[in-house]
Amino acid sequence: MQTVAIVDFSFGNLRSVHNALRSLAEPGTDIRIATEPADIEQADRIVFPGQGAARHCMLALRQKRLADAVLNAAQNRPFLGICMGMQVLMEYSEENDGVDCLGLFSGRVQAFAPHVERGSGFKIPHMGWSRIEQTPHPLWENIPDQSRFYFVHSYYTAPRDEEAIAGRTDYVLPFASVIAKDRVFAMQSHPEKSGEHGLTLLRNFLNWDGQC
Amino acid sequence: MGLAKRIIPCLDVDGGRVVKGVKFVDIRDAGDPVEIARRYDQEGADEITFLDITASHHDRDTTVHMVEAVAEQVFIPLTVGGGIRTVENIRTLLCAGADKVGINTAAVTNPEFVREASDTVGNQCIVVAIDAKQVGALDEPPRWDIFTHGGRKDTGIDALEWAQKMEAYGAGEILLTSMDRDGTREGFDLELTRAMSDAVGIPVIASGGVGNLQHLVDGVTEGGADAVLAASIFHFQEYTIGEAKQYMQQNGIEVRL
Repeated sequence: MQTVAIVDFSFGNLRSVHNALRSLAEPGTDIRIATEPADIEQADRIVFPGQGAARHCMLALRQKRLADAVLNAAQNRPFLGICMGMQVLMEYSEENDGVDCLGLFSGRVQAFAPHVERGSGFKIPHMGWSRIEQTPHPLWENIPDQSRFYFVHSYYTAPRDEEAIAGRTDYVLPFASVIAKDRVFAMQSHPEKSGEHGLTLLRNFLNWDGQC
Repeated sequence: MGLAKRIIPCLDVDGGRVVKGVKFVDIRDAGDPVEIARRYDQEGADEITFLDITASHHDRDTTVHMVEAVAEQVFIPLTVGGGIRTVENIRTLLCAGADKVGINTAAVTNPEFVREASDTVGNQCIVVAIDAKQVGALDEPPRWDIFTHGGRKDTGIDALEWAQKMEAYGAGEILLTSMDRDGTREGFDLELTRAMSDAVGIPVIASGGVGNLQHLVDGVTEGGADAVLAASIFHFQEYTIGEAKQYMQQNGIEVRL
């Protein structure tokens, strides 16, 4: 039976991710909260959720010495980033006056705020259900293109490499709401809070062999 | 704009049980929050809000257990409000599976609490609930004050200025209830809702007064609300959430169907 590690590196709502995975996983699947590098090294697949501020999250990853284990895992096992767990995979985030991140993907995380005109009706945080325009990937199986997922964020990911974009969303401006390469799939929205489509995506991840 | 307007059913809970008579004919236990939340999820609710009206401190643990039980089976955002006074209260609820917490009186008593809470858990988790009531003479332009104690006590604080202050302190969303309309079924206070939506850059949830589906439409199109919250019209199965969404879509509003 497989082991799934949920990496704990922020004050995030890990319980919801844990609940959702447990409701989907086959009996006997070991789903554990990973607080140490060894927990990540031993797992068959990694879920990397997170919320809160970028500086705090990167600090926690470094203090807990999880950064290297996370980067290693992302090279050779199925890896799902969620929300802040997507943003810290980039090189750099504009949040908190600028934070260097893990750099698994080239590009930056940028604020919506400078793009929002007053009176435009766009509220920040981007909070609620938006569509994702899919780029073919095994994790989209059985999820109709343009399905809505639940978002809540004030910064968006701007990858430099077009090839890395696995999903696009339009709010304030068109942005990369999903990025992927090799065994890594990372999304801004919360599959654990996105009802049926979110659960389908998590089920696909639990069954994914990491190939594209 | 690509973002769906949200419909949020609100449930009053006391000691971990849903009260104020939710009447689903085919639900065996009308007080079971898990069963009711699951039903709303199936109907297409975009979020669910629980308002904890538990009086005693001791029974608040049962609210936490209720959140845990709901979060194990319902995979859409959950908000819990009522009686939240400390960052520890917030942490406990978020760890139980809530996604957001609503802060009302504690923000009025101590605005710094909102800043502290937002700094700790992030503004996306902090909903500031505002109970507003119109004040001033009828021939003046309308003004609204914040009222506490269930609408009985005027704080003398202007609701719009207060909301802007709360945004600056780290609120991620405003839950706006009109005390003039709450329970009347006459529709939202649209002037108040519009003034609030224009005053802040964070999302506004309109609440108080919904009696039919046109009221939900008006809250969005005239009031400019990002989300609409209602209780009784859904609890008594006058309308399902699915019907509400169909109606909103027919009126040109983007919803998640």
